[in-house]
Amino acid sequence: MEPRIRVENVSKTFTLHTQGGTRLAVMAGASLTVRPGECVALTGPSGAGKSTLMRIVYGNYRADAGSVTVAGTEVVNAEPRTVLALRRHVLGYVSQFLRVVPRVPTIEVVAEPCLAVGRCPASAEARARALLTRLNIPERLWGLSPLTFSGGEQQRVNIARGFAHAYPALLLDEPTASLDAANRAEVLRLIAEAKADGAAILGIFHDAEARAAICDRAVDVGAFMPAAGAATEGAG
Amino acid sequence: MTMMMDRLRSADRRPAPVAADGARGPLLTVDGLAKHYGARIGCTGVGFDLWPGEVLGIVGESGSGKTTLLKAIAGLVAPDAGSIRYDAGAGPVEVRALSEPERRRLMRTDWAFVHQNPRDGLRMGVSAGANVGERLMARGQRHYGRIRGAALDWLARVEIAGARLDDRPSAFSGGMQQRLQIARNLVSEPRLVFMDEPTGGLDVSVQARLLDLIRALVRELGLSAIVVTHDLAVVRLLADRLMVMKDGRVVEAGLTDQVLDDPAHAYTQLLVSSILQV
Amino acid sequence: MSGHENASGAAGAEAYNFAYLDEQTKRMIRRAILKAVAIPGYQVPFASREMPMPYGWGTGGVQVTAACLTAEDRLKVIDQGADDTTNAVSIRKFFERTAGVKTTEETEQATIIQTRHRIPEAPLAEGQIMVFQVPIPEPLRFLEPRETETRKMHALEEYGLMHVKLYEDISVHGHIATTYAYPVLVEGRYVMDPSPIPKFDNPKLDDSPALMLFGAGREQRIYALPPHTRVQSLDFEDHPFDRGHWDEDCALCGDAGSYLDEVITDDAGGRIFVCSDTAHCRARRQAGHAGAASAPYEEAGA
Repeated sequence: MEPRIRVENVSKTFTLHTQGGTRLAVMAGASLTVRPGECVALTGPSGAGKSTLMRIVYGNYRADAGSVTVAGTEVVNAEPRTVLALRRHVLGYVSQFLRVVPRVPTIEVVAEPCLAVGRCPASAEARARALLTRLNIPERLWGLSPLTFSGGEQQRVNIARGFAHAYPALLLDEPTASLDAANRAEVLRLIAEAKADGAAILGIFHDAEARAAICDRAVDVGAFMPAAGAATEGAG
Repeated sequence: MTMMMDRLRSADRRPAPVAADGARGPLLTVDGLAKHYGARIGCTGVGFDLWPGEVLGIVGESGSGKTTLLKAIAGLVAPDAGSIRYDAGAGPVEVRALSEPERRRLMRTDWAFVHQNPRDGLRMGVSAGANVGERLMARGQRHYGRIRGAALDWLARVEIAGARLDDRPSAFSGGMQQRLQIARNLVSEPRLVFMDEPTGGLDVSVQARLLDLIRALVRELGLSAIVVTHDLAVVRLLADRLMVMKDGRVVEAGLTDQVLDDPAHAYTQLLVSSILQV
Repeated sequence: MSGHENASGAAGAEAYNFAYLDEQTKRMIRRAILKAVAIPGYQVPFASREMPMPYGWGTGGVQVTAACLTAEDRLKVIDQGADDTTNAVSIRKFFERTAGVKTTEETEQATIIQTRHRIPEAPLAEGQIMVFQVPIPEPLRFLEPRETETRKMHALEEYGLMHVKLYEDISVHGHIATTYAYPVLVEGRYVMDPSPIPKFDNPKLDDSPALMLFGAGREQRIYALPPHTRVQSLDFEDHPFDRGHWDEDCALCGDAGSYLDEVITDDAGGRIFVCSDTAHCRARRQAGHAGAASAPYEEAGA
């Protein structure tokens, strides 16, 4: 089967103009593939560039060289609208941070990805309700902005949002961090369901148990560290 | 009122943003646009495409030329050079070559301009309902009940109580005035909306509500928008794409989160690193 | 409108040219009038002259009348429908002295009628000229103070603003509360201020056999409705134009269809309604009509 996510020979250097033009080479020769229905973990020591690689796949960071394709669409040097369409329909991303418009109710935050792909408001809301229920966000909180929630609750809202639309490819950055056992198990079930649906998943899981339970294989990002480069992740 | 709503929702005259990706060309194509004030550069060499359903943010410091650029595109100031091609579906039209009546018609039907100061975009001497209804009446609607119904509907959409329909905007708070200005502009179902610091001068909490409103309207109506702001938090939440301006020139452009999280140009890095984190 | 190059005024005013204005000025005004007639409803700028009366007393109308008068004309001047109010009397005297023309109070007899605020009740006829005194000729001025912008709006037929004003009326009063200077659309093209006549008179503008000329002295504008011009009062489909009506008839002549003035008769709230058109009312009483408060008609001094 064709890989749904393919990273080939990607390199990345940050140039810090505000720090006298310091150049930080953080990645070289990064390559990996994720097939539909497969879950691949990025591993390696802190600062090895796991998050950087995820961001490059998402189009959030620019790659200096190499190629990233998601479901056949090239991400490196792509037109913004190509990346936007890819993100809307194909490529989901659960980051560690919840970034939403303040004061928007949780239910709308979770329903938004469904609305963005043109689902009707009623079905988008039904999907959001189902996910929030599964992730144990009490219904009395649904009308409030998630920015007022605890860290664990925010993380679960973020996950609900990430799984609202059935993305064919998913990037997960520490999806089980700061969750209790019950919620962690529910998130793992969500991931397993997405896999079963044929989603290609690339993730960072510090939680070794979760990684073992859900990931088919691991890619050591440490292997992509440039030989002479400073082992520092760039800003962010 | 219901007719109005149905028409808005069915969006029959507007291809959905999704379908638009491959089906048609850019809504707006700007090329080599320049505006000089004597020897001083307002903006120069600006070019970009804007696609249906896209929100483009323009950021930069005061004096970077971002508002001049916006006004030059929107026809509020006359550019010195360059081209502005607009395609409402029937093929691209050079806006600068339009006659004045055609340009003015475009400005009050297909395009809309939301001013930073709502007083510049509202008629303060007439009621909220009349403000919202004006574009409909300008288009020849002559049924008071239906115009009033549409105005009520739009007040609800921008979260202004219907009971305020006959109040003058001078009795409104700044945030309400700004929402009223948006309703007044969007009632004609424009395809392209220009916004000059739409959340400037508002309380943070009011800003948030307005941002949410603008986002929802952009999504529901399939609007394209060009938003000028100095507030990077605003563009992060509102804009799909970003142009960074300095001294009248675009120094960096791309996906909003890419430009903000992985800025390549020295000036953009400085701009991004200058934000206070809360 | 032929000129009278050597006409002299009545006794005591020989020093003045016929109808006060010099011939060059009258020609200039006539050119403006011809242009106005050619483009019904369009405001033609003209070089308004200082007149021997203050602005607001009909300087625009007087200049238009002066430019139209011939020695054979018979002039009627009314103010609020009456021939005997100060403004009407002084303008009538002005032309009696400077042009020596005959004057009349009877609408049917007049060839030129200068008016402030009314159109006579008697139907106008072909060959008659109505001259309106106009304070503010620009109907869009209410909402758009910039002259450059209002001219552009006329040029491009951007008249949405007029309906904004009417909308506002309905939202405040429940109906279109504009009762005078009610805007009209001329031949489907120009929106025009009919001068501060009551909206009751608006229907008389439509398809009138008389020539209607409007002069604004201070604002230096002349506009016109040639005979048989289509003149529509602006309105909404669900709030159609209504000229208004009275529950009362004229207390003097009993007319049920004329424009009435309210007259306070005592300190106890007593009031009667009488025709605003004094000539019309008198003619009816002469013909034997009587209202609730009237004594049988007697000739003055009889």
